[in-house]
Amino acid sequence: MRNGKAGEPDPTPLIHARDVGVHRGERWIIRHVDLRVGRGELVYLIGANGAGKSTFAKAALGLIEISEGNIDRAPCMPVGYVPQRLALSPTLPLGVRRLMNLTGRFAPHEIDAALTAVGLERLGDPPVMTLSGGELQRLLLARALVHRPHLLVLDEPDQGVDLAGANRLHRLIEQIRDDFGCGVLLISHDLRRVMDDAHDVVVLVPHEHDEPPEGDDAPAADGGREGMPQS
Amino acid sequence: MLDDFFTRALIAGVCLALVTGPIGCFVVWRRLAYFGETIAHSALLGVALSILLDVYLVIGILLCACLVVLLMVYLERRDTLPADTILGLLCHGSLALGLVVLSFFPNVRINLHGLLFGDILGVSRTDLVVVSGGGVAALGALWWLWRPLLAATVNVDIAAVAGLRPQRAHLVFGFLVAAVIAGAIKIVGVLLIVALLVIPAASVRRFATSPEQMAIGAAASGVAAVAGGLFASAELDTPSGPSIVVAALLLFALSRIRLSRRA
Repeated sequence: MRNGKAGEPDPTPLIHARDVGVHRGERWIIRHVDLRVGRGELVYLIGANGAGKSTFAKAALGLIEISEGNIDRAPCMPVGYVPQRLALSPTLPLGVRRLMNLTGRFAPHEIDAALTAVGLERLGDPPVMTLSGGELQRLLLARALVHRPHLLVLDEPDQGVDLAGANRLHRLIEQIRDDFGCGVLLISHDLRRVMDDAHDVVVLVPHEHDEPPEGDDAPAADGGREGMPQS
Repeated sequence: MLDDFFTRALIAGVCLALVTGPIGCFVVWRRLAYFGETIAHSALLGVALSILLDVYLVIGILLCACLVVLLMVYLERRDTLPADTILGLLCHGSLALGLVVLSFFPNVRINLHGLLFGDILGVSRTDLVVVSGGGVAALGALWWLWRPLLAATVNVDIAAVAGLRPQRAHLVFGFLVAAVIAGAIKIVGVLLIVALLVIPAASVRRFATSPEQMAIGAAASGVAAVAGGLFASAELDTPSGPSIVVAALLLFALSRIRLSRRA
């Protein structure tokens, strides 16, 4: 499940998940997942659609209960979360700068700094509805950054962004990791996106987790039904 | 001044519109019109409850509406039925149950027409105290709830990660809608209250560039509809509750005409 890269372990990880499983409605959505992210580390979570990537991300953020294993989070850690997409109601008038203030009140210069960090300093204050897919992803990233997070969790930020845009986005995320010194958990379905300096890559494989005999300690073999990377 | 029934009606209506405007914005943003309808329909059961318990009408309606909100949250979490099916079940189920229970009290005379369409000209001094006090309390609650509720409206997970507890915000908002509807029954009635939530908010959407602007605009639009509707009903001798809703509708139509001329 895990193939470590560049591996001197951080003594105090921001987040450390051990043997995590989430069981819902008669089946295991994810099982036996180990993952740790330390400060300044970029960790990829890769998996095909349906492998439980978003489920794991929500478990890691403490948004859903896990059924087994445990997850340690650094205490009082500011977390930035970038959702996969934003299903905005067209009846809600929401400008770019109002979105930046959605979950906290920030000074204009703090908002400007976050927008500059993602390359949106010239955007102005248009309605969020009118932004392109790539602009919206950057804006959501800026919204997370304005909180000065220690841990940044991005759920498939390259969804709905063209190939060139996706490459720029991944480089931008690396840049942010370096500039802000935060740990990054980046979820993607595309193994080819993984950058050279990724600290760790965790691959989730969708398979039947229901093990026939009780106490079978061998997780199902990786690669069994692994989906091909999709673009 | 308060001896005049028309003045009392006007004050009560304005207080109500100031609250239904901003709360109605969330009803529009979150597509909760049917949710509001369900709570409104449960009011008949609330009337039966208040007769059974021998309490002030608004208290019975409020209690019943809050129970329906809790039941709705519970069923949505537990059941596999889609949300609108659950709403349909509760909406018409509670209405029918209310009417059946009321039929057990043949000696109690109920102004059913007033409950369904409002009786704003019959607003008493007690009603006025309840509506104005409740209105201030509701606006205070909305002020306190604004940030978590708006964040949860944009994205539940973003709100949860920021520690804004979206589930709690949803529940409190449900109670708030229940309270507003309970207070509004006397004024526009069960069948028309959702119009006061939805129409003013829809009328000002085009002119607002921020959620806060839209909330204030909806309150203003609602106040204009109440005043216009009441004066028109006095002039034309039309029923006051429906007249208020028609006035709101006219304002909505006006907002559309302006837009197309500009375009």
